[in-house]
Amino acid sequence: MNLSLLILLPLLTAVAVLLVRNAKQVKVAALAGATAQFVLAFVLLFAYYKERATGNAAQMLFEQRYNWFPSWHISFHLGVDGISVAMILLTAFVVIAGVLVSWNVTKMTKEFYFLLILLSLGAYGFFISLDLFILFFFLEIAVIPKYLLIGIWGSGKKEYAANKLALMLMGGSALVLVGLLGVYFSNSAQSFDLLQLSQLNIPIQTQMICFPLLFVGFGVFTALFPLHTWVPDGHSSAPTAGSMFLAGISMKLGGYGCLRVATYIMPEGAKEYATIIIVLSVIAILYGAFATMMQKDLKYINAYSSVSHCGFVLLGIGMLTKTSMTGAVMQMVSHGLMTALFFAVIGMIYERTHTRQVSEMSGLLKRMPFIITVLFIVGLCSLGLPGLSGFVAEMTVFMGSWQHPDAFRRVATILACLSIVVTAVYILRAVTKTAMGPLTAGFEELKDATWNEKLAALILIAGIIAIGVAPFWLNDLVSPGAEVIMQKLSR
Amino acid sequence: MIEPGLYHMLFISTTLFFIGVYGFFTRRNLVTMLMSVELILNSVNLNFIAFNKYLWYDKMDGLFFTIFIIAIAAAEAAVAIAIIINLYRSHKSIDVENAEDLKY
Amino acid sequence: MPNATYIALIPLLPLAGFLMLGIFGRKYFKNTSGIIGTTLLLVSTVLALYTAYGYFFEYGKVDGIYQKLVPLKYTWLQFSEGVSIDMGIILDPISAMMLVVVTFISLMVHIYSLGYMKGDERFPVYYAFLGLFTFSMLGLVVSSNIFQIYIFWELVGVSSFLLIGYYYDKPSAVAACKKAFIVTRFADVGFLIGILILSFHSGTLDFNTLIATLTSPETAGYKSAAAASFIGVSALTWGLALVFIGGAGKSAMFPLHIWLPDAMEGPTPVSALIHAATMVVAGVFLVARLFPVFAISSPNALSLVGYVGAISALIAALIACTQTDIKRVLAYSTMSQIGYMMFALGVSKYGGEDGLGFTASMFHLFTHAMFKALLFLGAGAVIHYIHSNEMKDMGGLRKYLPITHITFLIACLAIAGVPPFAGFFSKEEILLAAYEHNPTIYWIALITSGLTAFYMFRLYFNIFWNKEAHVHGEHKGEGGFAMMMPLVLLAVGAAVAGFIPFGHFVSSDGKRLETAFHLQFSIAPVALGLAGIFIAMWMYKTENNKPDKFAASLSGLYKATYHKFYIDEIYTFITKKIIFNLIGRPAAWIDKNIVDGLVNATGNGTKDISEIIKGFQSGKVQQYAIYFLVSVIGLALLFIYWWK
Repeated sequence: MNLSLLILLPLLTAVAVLLVRNAKQVKVAALAGATAQFVLAFVLLFAYYKERATGNAAQMLFEQRYNWFPSWHISFHLGVDGISVAMILLTAFVVIAGVLVSWNVTKMTKEFYFLLILLSLGAYGFFISLDLFILFFFLEIAVIPKYLLIGIWGSGKKEYAANKLALMLMGGSALVLVGLLGVYFSNSAQSFDLLQLSQLNIPIQTQMICFPLLFVGFGVFTALFPLHTWVPDGHSSAPTAGSMFLAGISMKLGGYGCLRVATYIMPEGAKEYATIIIVLSVIAILYGAFATMMQKDLKYINAYSSVSHCGFVLLGIGMLTKTSMTGAVMQMVSHGLMTALFFAVIGMIYERTHTRQVSEMSGLLKRMPFIITVLFIVGLCSLGLPGLSGFVAEMTVFMGSWQHPDAFRRVATILACLSIVVTAVYILRAVTKTAMGPLTAGFEELKDATWNEKLAALILIAGIIAIGVAPFWLNDLVSPGAEVIMQKLSR
Repeated sequence: MIEPGLYHMLFISTTLFFIGVYGFFTRRNLVTMLMSVELILNSVNLNFIAFNKYLWYDKMDGLFFTIFIIAIAAAEAAVAIAIIINLYRSHKSIDVENAEDLKY
Repeated sequence: MPNATYIALIPLLPLAGFLMLGIFGRKYFKNTSGIIGTTLLLVSTVLALYTAYGYFFEYGKVDGIYQKLVPLKYTWLQFSEGVSIDMGIILDPISAMMLVVVTFISLMVHIYSLGYMKGDERFPVYYAFLGLFTFSMLGLVVSSNIFQIYIFWELVGVSSFLLIGYYYDKPSAVAACKKAFIVTRFADVGFLIGILILSFHSGTLDFNTLIATLTSPETAGYKSAAAASFIGVSALTWGLALVFIGGAGKSAMFPLHIWLPDAMEGPTPVSALIHAATMVVAGVFLVARLFPVFAISSPNALSLVGYVGAISALIAALIACTQTDIKRVLAYSTMSQIGYMMFALGVSKYGGEDGLGFTASMFHLFTHAMFKALLFLGAGAVIHYIHSNEMKDMGGLRKYLPITHITFLIACLAIAGVPPFAGFFSKEEILLAAYEHNPTIYWIALITSGLTAFYMFRLYFNIFWNKEAHVHGEHKGEGGFAMMMPLVLLAVGAAVAGFIPFGHFVSSDGKRLETAFHLQFSIAPVALGLAGIFIAMWMYKTENNKPDKFAASLSGLYKATYHKFYIDEIYTFITKKIIFNLIGRPAAWIDKNIVDGLVNATGNGTKDISEIIKGFQSGKVQQYAIYFLVSVIGLALLFIYWWK
């Protein structure tokens, strides 16, 4: 398995999208590219399993290394472990669904798809790079398209939202960059290489400074309280596919960075700051949930609930046990699929009713059974119904968190557990109000989902159910990756 | 009759310099300002020559620099006048106050 | 040995029905979905009976003790060494018994619904949801792992939610399904934390290992659980109490019962299946499943179970006396009877004669499933005929609905504890167990049993006697074979189920328990029951003003019970006023104004600073030159005087 394919393929797709002539060809090219990515992600998954089955216990598989800037020890170093494979799968799912739901975009179609593909390129590159400089490079590639996606194709206060999002994420990246440079100049090898760095002992003084820089920097991406405010505005102003990519992929870049970069190379720092991380994530979980309860716009509801759900990712990382970190990764995958689906459904509803206000619609089940069934499934997934992915991830985080016998972490876990009630409250309020009750006047002629929307929804649902019904494959994929971090921590 | 020495030269060049500066700050006409810049440049030239003659008379660096500056000044004057002409065409004025919208 | 495939098929067949009807039902099985669902469940029922027969009479017993067999176990999610969620099947007396109860009642409801729901627009969806529920409930009863039970626990919750909200365009149904889900969800958090505590100390999630660890004081797990304490209560007791809170939520125990009466918004067969016979006893089942731990290691948690059960039984019986919606009366009666089962467990001890309460509780669960399902289905037949839930619209229906009338009467006699109907035997055992171990609970139970007889016969007389029926328009009769057959079958069950020697099969320690029958002990409860029946007859048999006078004489109490002791209002106050206004609203406000305000302030601050700096970039060349000059002079001074 050649990992460069994961970068080349989106690149080729992007070029193809730019070269073809009309909107129809653009869509076909983008869909073909997304499908190829989807297939490739599965090829990677099975290649990974096969490699592991042959007894290859190396930490990273399919490594590739090219010199990039030898005098600064920067190399184009790629490789994957289970966590990266999981994230790549997630990206592939979200990309294909995002391309499908954007089928009706008529404004500057070519540029729209080009940016979507570019974003996916950044995400893939981010997840497979083992050199921190390259990783940062791809992170930036993933940020820029979002600004344009929101600014051009968005709705509502789109300029404000686009500026806010881009500035906050850039601010996060700046912190990341400073942190990376700090690590780079303080380690004896002057290396950006992740594997090499993980072998070195970075002095604790450096960790005390660089860990928070990196963690907060990546944390901005994954809605770390109180730097989460770009989430509601950004998501609700973005076009449907934009929100899907934003919540499904971009927020995961941050979680992955927190885990793979910040915690992995500086576990002692993570231990020192664990209390703060836990406090902030519990605040995000509960406060996000309560804030969601008061929202009236479907997109805001999902955006705030993302803050709450991403809190579980940070909580899992902050708890620093193998199980909780596995749970954190599972939560990233689960939340990515779920929230992408949620935004897709909201987009479908909005396209038909032209409103996102919960109070302005009811009884839609009568007119669009498919879309509303999907809304139910995604709502139930969000509130953690067994059989769907959310449950598995949250429970793993809880089980992992409870392994600490100290009272502080116990209380934090209990508080986090309480959020599942609040989640049930806001999800049911939104879903039942929208779906059930008497049909709002004027909505009698609404049509159900079209083929592309159905396909997009089914793909994401398949992912959600595959994790929810049979979580062991994801667990087997992710937990060795978490194990490695734990080993470094206990060393 | 006093033999003119380094101090005289420096005095003249300083005078020229400050006349140029004064002109540059107080004139609103771009051509006058350009002329002031030329005065400043020439005062520098004078300095170069004076120092070359009185301090390092066995070297030619000062002379070379002077020639260099004259050449640049000529080119610069050409460019500046071209800009001024263009400005005049578009603004019907060569008043520097009117040119402030160039910042946009 | 049991055949794991057959047992696994019992829950999987309804699941297959759910998937098939849920996905393709609207298109391909518009009319046949009922038959498909029923057939699949029939196969399940046969398999369940076969399994139960095999377990009880062939391989279950080793040396006179019923074993806990685990014929199937599959690791679903491995957390860490030894701690994993397994999907498995446990076969022991209570799960075998529950398999039969759930499949049988569900089958009855499936058949009944063929008539009751005929012509409904969403017929396939209805059967799909029934299939989902049956699957989840069967999965729950065979769970071999405490997390597995939690998983199915949530699934029954959601199927209950879907079925309560079945008539989705009715706002009251929507509100009810939301309420049911959220209240039980709240309780489930307790359950979840309980699981976390118990699994942390015992180091396992597997039921058999967990029970073994937490009941033997010499194990490390027991020691750590007993030693760790919080506010003076050991972790073990906390864990069990929290697990019980989960059970109490699902079983509608006070004060988490508020969802059950509202849940009656669902179709009546659904109420019979979920909110009377099966799902609501899940809490009892959960406590019974962990009973050894409760009884041996934490008597405190067990007495909590007992008192909560007793209080719920009494309160529900009181409220049931004043309600006018027949389904709500039945709902409160369900809550009251489940209270009985709970406190029967609460007064029981582990092993031997002292374990009578356990057997009695399970026995009552069994008989209650029969007669309560029958009552609901009978009420369904009445509602089907009258198109109303209100007592005032009924009366004198005995001539129009003869079969329903007789079967309903049998059920009423059974629940009132009149010999020789099923309820008599199970209730006597419960009262006996309470009498032996906890007098307080015994007296509460005795009063409740009198009240039970009264409100059930109030219901009965109001429906079938009282005023003359004023039925108008053409009528379709009692509802046909599909609706009557389940009534008759269940009536037979309600009449004779009491004669099963239950203690031989189900007991706390698996050994055979002889349940002695004390005639003199039965006198008091039966007399009270009969008294209740006669009072009801005197007040309600014919139309008169006695009930109103009676209500007026007890106006305060009557009003309080009529308004269900204002518990709903208290909850509304807490959720609306406190949680929404004092937590939710400020959270949203803070986010918008303070947190986001800071972000915007940063942005605006940057802008303001740039406004200020912008002045320097005036575009005036001469101004620039002055800056330049001044800076050069400044730098020169700096270099001259500072830079020594």
